[in-house]
Amino acid sequence: MDKPTVPEAIAASDAKVEADIRRMTRRSFATGAIAAMAGGSALTWLATRATEDGTLWPLRRMLEFNERVAQTLYDSNRLAPEFPVDQAVEPRVNGHVGLESPVAAANWNVRVIGQLDRQIPLTAIKELPAHEMTTELKCVEGWSRVVRWKGIRLADFLDKFGAPTDYIGLSTPPNGKDVNGAVDRYYVGLDRPSAMHPQTLLCYEMNGQPLSEAHGAPLRLISAVKYGYKCIKRISVIELTDRRPADYWAQRGYDWYAGH
Amino acid sequence: MKRLEYKHPRPVRWMHWFNVPLLFGMIWSGLLIYWANDVYRIGFGEWTLFRFFPNWFYQVFGLAHRLAEGMAWHFTIMWLFAINGLCYVLYTFISGEWRHLLPNRNSFREAWMVVLHDLHLSKAEPPRRKFNGAQQFAYTSVIIMGAGSLLTGLAIYKPTQLAWLTNLLGGYEWARWAHFWLTLGYVAFFLVHISQVIRAGWNNFRAMVTGFEVAPVEEVSGG
Repeated sequence: MDKPTVPEAIAASDAKVEADIRRMTRRSFATGAIAAMAGGSALTWLATRATEDGTLWPLRRMLEFNERVAQTLYDSNRLAPEFPVDQAVEPRVNGHVGLESPVAAANWNVRVIGQLDRQIPLTAIKELPAHEMTTELKCVEGWSRVVRWKGIRLADFLDKFGAPTDYIGLSTPPNGKDVNGAVDRYYVGLDRPSAMHPQTLLCYEMNGQPLSEAHGAPLRLISAVKYGYKCIKRISVIELTDRRPADYWAQRGYDWYAGH
Repeated sequence: MKRLEYKHPRPVRWMHWFNVPLLFGMIWSGLLIYWANDVYRIGFGEWTLFRFFPNWFYQVFGLAHRLAEGMAWHFTIMWLFAINGLCYVLYTFISGEWRHLLPNRNSFREAWMVVLHDLHLSKAEPPRRKFNGAQQFAYTSVIIMGAGSLLTGLAIYKPTQLAWLTNLLGGYEWARWAHFWLTLGYVAFFLVHISQVIRAGWNNFRAMVTGFEVAPVEEVSGG
């Protein structure tokens, strides 16, 4: 059988199809290469920026942008789920900074620095209405534990001893300098809406027992709207301020807001 | 006789290729975060078949001790990843492209045929259409997985403000678990996708870049 002959018109059209696709392929791949180079340059630029508190500054801006979005949508009426008491367990001890020396819990005072500077005795703090909650303590590392907490609401504390400032800074006792010359103390900053959340407590009991030294005796913060690294132990100083307070982990690359 | 057939609309191609570095960035930064609490495994009771991940994995890819960095990248790229994904879904609906992508009542049987054919267990050729049943399942599933990643991600990102969502997903720990397994799902999708693209050949791949495929024209009468 003879090989079928391809009509000229079809052969010409096939050649045109091949030419067309070759032209489009060149153009599309060139566009793709330019787009890839633009993306690569943007990424290189981003990755070579200066760091701000341990994070590339453009990413730091993004964390702040996320914070503004979260603050806009924030509603302190939205509560974290509570769990049956029998699910409560002992959480891992994760933070030691600022707790290196033994605590002198007797006659504990919390220094409140605002327009006034005064010492509030722990006994006066414990006179505020007690609240208990069984909530999930969430570590930024990714684990979580259900724990029973007892304490007073930070909102009540601020209503009684504070002032309506934008931020609240909390710190362990200042212990001077450690061997490396760094301040040997732990400190966190809270935005006011999170501080006023009903599940943000100044705690003195954990799982029905007075707080142990490792877990932050005599007074620690627990907030259901923050990661564990905001839940400072051994609170000695509370500062009322309109300027964003320094935060130990936020200075080491983490998000300042850390809000849930 | 050949002709050019327009296969993939320009927006689909752009969003598809955008998604490549975005998904890679999300997985990479996700691994930096996961390292800090790498608890998942395949196993039963005390017995473990595989732990996610062995130490060599973190060492080889340099993933250890970079939690803060991982979070900063993850919470930046997430916007681009989500916006690109939402645009894709919107586009497929508005353009009518979804008609090619959503599985229909024949897709399941067809997908099974494709699987048998690709495993060389059956000689029946998959239908020559824009997307066969197996592709419809795969490309629809991966979009649902994307929605799943978004929701499980939000559930562990804002577990108090979005407590209803976190509860719906079985709580904080289960939401994190699902977020992790969805990621492994993308990796599985990626491996199958790449191998299928290689099998399908250059003409098919080129269509995802140029939009056009060179297709034979069936002749009406014998030549």
